[in-house]
Formats: sequence, structure tokens, C-alpha cells
Amino acid sequence: MTDLINFYLIPGLVLGSIYALGAIGLTLTFGILRFANFAHGETMTLGAYFAWSLVQLTGWHPIAVLPVAMGLTVLVVLGIDRGFYKPFRASPTIMLVIASFGMMLMVRSVVQFIWGVQVKAMVPGIQMPLVLFDWLRISPKHIMIIAAALVLMFSVHYLLTYTRIGKAMRAMSDSPELARLTGIDTEAVIRATWIIGAALAAAAGVLLALDTHVQTMMGFKLLLPVFAATILGGIGRPYGAVAGGLVIGLAEELSSYPWIGTEPLLNPGYKAGVAFAIMVAMLIWRPSGLFRGKVY
Amino acid sequence: MDQSYGIFLYIISLLTMGGIYAILTLGLNIQWGFTGLFNAGIAGFYAIGAYVSAILTTAPTARHLGGYEMPYWVAFIAAILVAGMLAWAVGRICLRLRSDYLAIATIGIAEIFRLILKNETWATNGPRGVSQVPKPFETLPEPWNHLAFLAMVLITVAVIYLALETARKSPWGRVMTAIRENEPAARAAGKNVARFRMEGFVFGCMLMALAGAFTAHYLKFIGPNATDPLTATFLVWVMLVVGGSASNKGAILGAFMMWAIWSATEILTTRLPDDLAIRTAYIRIFLIGLVLQIVLQKFPQGIFPEQRLKSTARTGESAGGDAS
Repeated sequence: MTDLINFYLIPGLVLGSIYALGAIGLTLTFGILRFANFAHGETMTLGAYFAWSLVQLTGWHPIAVLPVAMGLTVLVVLGIDRGFYKPFRASPTIMLVIASFGMMLMVRSVVQFIWGVQVKAMVPGIQMPLVLFDWLRISPKHIMIIAAALVLMFSVHYLLTYTRIGKAMRAMSDSPELARLTGIDTEAVIRATWIIGAALAAAAGVLLALDTHVQTMMGFKLLLPVFAATILGGIGRPYGAVAGGLVIGLAEELSSYPWIGTEPLLNPGYKAGVAFAIMVAMLIWRPSGLFRGKVY
Repeated sequence: MDQSYGIFLYIISLLTMGGIYAILTLGLNIQWGFTGLFNAGIAGFYAIGAYVSAILTTAPTARHLGGYEMPYWVAFIAAILVAGMLAWAVGRICLRLRSDYLAIATIGIAEIFRLILKNETWATNGPRGVSQVPKPFETLPEPWNHLAFLAMVLITVAVIYLALETARKSPWGRVMTAIRENEPAARAAGKNVARFRMEGFVFGCMLMALAGAFTAHYLKFIGPNATDPLTATFLVWVMLVVGGSASNKGAILGAFMMWAIWSATEILTTRLPDDLAIRTAYIRIFLIGLVLQIVLQKFPQGIFPEQRLKSTARTGESAGGDAS
């Protein structure tokens, strides 16, 4: 039982919070710009590499440089939107999907060119886990990741619920035509969507790198579970994305627990398949997701 | 070995791989160009074809599933059928939704398939891959063995091209265009949209599997990382978009042209010092990506724009709506 909590449940929650942060951005761009952004994974990679460089430069903790890394990533993503997505605003959205697919490889190749492909450590050395009540083992970085994710999620919740631009975003996600008729500045909404999405994606990348390593393929490996979380939660539903991320993260980790006998229930090599299986099941039975999102 | 003979062999290999990419691009053209379906997992169907054909034809070995030593044509047909069945299953789930979902699902299928190839060592020899795959015509003397293989690939490309051109002009092809251009109108005309979409998707994936089978036999080896799956998928997309979506000529020309550029720049970069060579490899991917973006924005028609069929009946200005 303690094994289940220490080695499966807690890592599952950590992974789930990271997926949730990535999925919020993806679900917002899917809901408001109406396309599946394949470059979202690379946005996470970019955030992680910015943070790594900042840590090298300043010697501070990754969490301390996190806001700067998020800001830099936002600038890059806004530049990408202007140069590569804006010309397609009036085109069928499938053109945006192709453009983002190309952008995924372009961003990754730039990262590989600048930083190289060697695996890097965000924080050198091994941290000892804290032991609570004699049995609960949780490492400080896991506490930090979950705390940072919670702070970011509550900020987004506040932004979407109480601010003017947040309300405009929700309005545009529900009905772009009505939003435009009521005088909402659609370009401002699109900009806000990219800013929030990119900032959260960068945070997800930094937190994952803090938990594991900095790698050029980390974003692509995140892409499938994050898409699964988005569809599970329902497209255009930020709270759904949080729930979806947690479910996918927990399912991936718990799938390799020896529920029956002593062998892992599922070969850990197939962890990524769990997210995909959940996504396919949702597409078959309930494409609108748990939170009744949109189906295109 | 004199230099001109080396160049001769290089051109043959360039044309052979170019031809294999042309098959892939024609397959994607059925899906994207004709039917408007976004397949982001080309590499997955390509790998399925390669593995099925390789496993069916290799001599007995303890390293992986195999030892069936089937003739090539049986292996090719098997590769096509397996990929077709898988494509049908994917299509059943995704084709009723918008193409974004198909893109996500196909990229997922390609990833899952790569996981299976890496983990199921008993069948695929894991990351080390299937080697000593037999090659058609390899008993012929040099350079006739290479030429014969090239001829097989080019004849296949020609046959597929002729078949697709016929299909494009047939009522079937007209319905495909109608669905892509205006789905509600096609539906209103009583066309079974779901069935036509499924046919386009399955046929396209079958061609991709055939290209994969050819590659496995041509290189005599196939492994989960024989080519970076995403780069392969991406390259095929660039080939089609640059050549001209919905144009079979454009697909073939785009494939040969982009493959020649891709392969020539690879030779250039390997001449550079090691550290620089690795870095310029990434610049290459970046530049190809940039070409895709520029063509998408400025020349969405590609080099060979789609040839619109002239309708015999009066149809007004709306394009491609006549499917009778």
C-alpha cells in the first residue's frame, strides 16, 4: 500500500499536473483558434531550454527563473503566430494544422542547433525524499512541482472568470460570430490565448525538466498525452483539461503497478500507449469529452 | 572504380529512393489532395509495410519472427492488406470527426507502432531491427541488379500514376473532389460521404505500406529508427505541398525534386567537420520547414496546380461539384 502511494500515486499526480498545464494551453488554442496545434509540445521544450540557460547564467533555482522562461517563450510564440499562423486566419483551419506541424520540426531543429542533443540536468545531484509519518516519502521537487502547478491553475481560473479578456476568451470559444458582433477585439483575444497557452506550456516543460531531464524530444513525448488530456476533458474546457491531465498522468503511472500478481500490469515501455488508448476510447464513445466540450 | 561509375550508381540510388517517395507522396495525395484528409502518421503505415514484408521473406533466424521465405509478391500483397486493415480501423474511429482528430490519431498510431517495434523483441528484434532482408534481383550482375530494382520501382510509380489519373477523371474521383470542396452538397446529392472518405484513406495507406515494403528490400534492413519517423512524414508532406496538392504529376515531381535536394544537401553537410556536420543537419530540417511554410503561404497551389476537370454539363462557377 505504501509502495502504491509513494512510487505510483505521487509520481502520477506530479505527471498529471504537468500534463494539465500543457493541456490547458492546447484546449484554449483548440477552442478559440479552432485548430490542433502540433507545435505545442515544442513550446514546452523551448520553455525548458530557456530555463536551463537561465539557471546556468544566474545559478538560481529553476522555479525562481520560471517567470522569465515563460516570458521568453511567450515572445517566441507571439512571433511565430505573427509570421506563420496569422496569414491563415481566413483560410480553412486545416492549413493551420499543417503550418503547426511544420513549425513543430522547425522549432525542434532550432533547439537542437542551439543547445545540442545531449541530455542535460536542470538541477545537478540527487535529492533525498522527505519522510513523513514514517511511511510517506515525497521528494521536495515533487512538492514544488505540484505547488507551482496549483498556483498557475488558480491564476488561470481567476483570469478566465473575473477579467475582461478572460470573459472575452470564453465568449469567443463558445461562439466566434456572436463574440465579433458584440464588438470583442478578436485579435486581442487571439494574442491573449497564445500568451496564456505559451506561458503554461513553458511552465509544464520546466516542471517536467525539473522532475526528469532537459531533452530535445521531451516536447514531442508530451504531445500525445497532452492531446489525450485535451480530448478527455473536452475541447475548449480548461477545467476539463486539468481533470484530463490528472487522469492521464495517474493512469500512466498506475498502469505499471503490479495489481495482479507480482508483475507490472502493463510493461512500462507501453506507458505512452495508455494515454493513446484512453484517447481512442473517448473518440469512440464520447468525443465531446468529460466536460461536454466541442466536437468539430 | 572510376568516378563516373560512382556517379552513375548514385543517380540510380537517387532515382530509386525518389521513386519510393513518389509512391508515398501519391498515397498522401489520395488522402489529402483528393479527399482532404490529414495523415500525420505516414511513417507508421510505411513501417508496417516494411516490417510485414521483411518478416515474411527473411530466412529462418532466432533473432526475430520469420523464416517464412515467401515470394516477394505475396509479401507485398500481405503488407498492403495489413496496412489497409489497420487504416480501416483508424478510419472507423476518426473519419466521422473533423480532420484534426485524424491527424492526432494517426500520429498516435505511428508512435504506438514504434513502441511495439521496440518492445516486442521476439517478433521484431527490438531496436536492432530486421537485417538480411532479401533484395529482388540481387543475383543479377552489377549494375543490372540496381537497374532492375529501379525499373521495378519506376514501373510501379507509372502504374499507380495511370490508375490514379483514371480514377481522378472517373465518377469516383469527381465525388471525392465534391466531398473535399463542399461536403454538405455532396451529401445532399445522395453520396455516401463516409464510405468515399474511408476508401480514400485506406487506399492511401496501402500505397504507403507498399513504399515501406520496397524500402525494406532495397536497404536490406529495417529498424524502428531506420529513418526518423517524423522527418519521413514531414518530408512527404513537403513533397506533396511543393509539387502541388491534388495533382498526381505534382506529387511525383515534388517527390523526386525534394528527395534530390534532401539527399544532395546531406552529402554536402557530411563533408563538413564533425561538430558542424551535426549542427547543419538541423539547419537542413529547419530550411525544409521554411520552404513548406513559404509555399503554403505564397504558392498554395504548388508547382503543378490541380487540373480542374471540365464538366460537360453547365455547372455555373462552383468548381468540382458535378459528380454524376
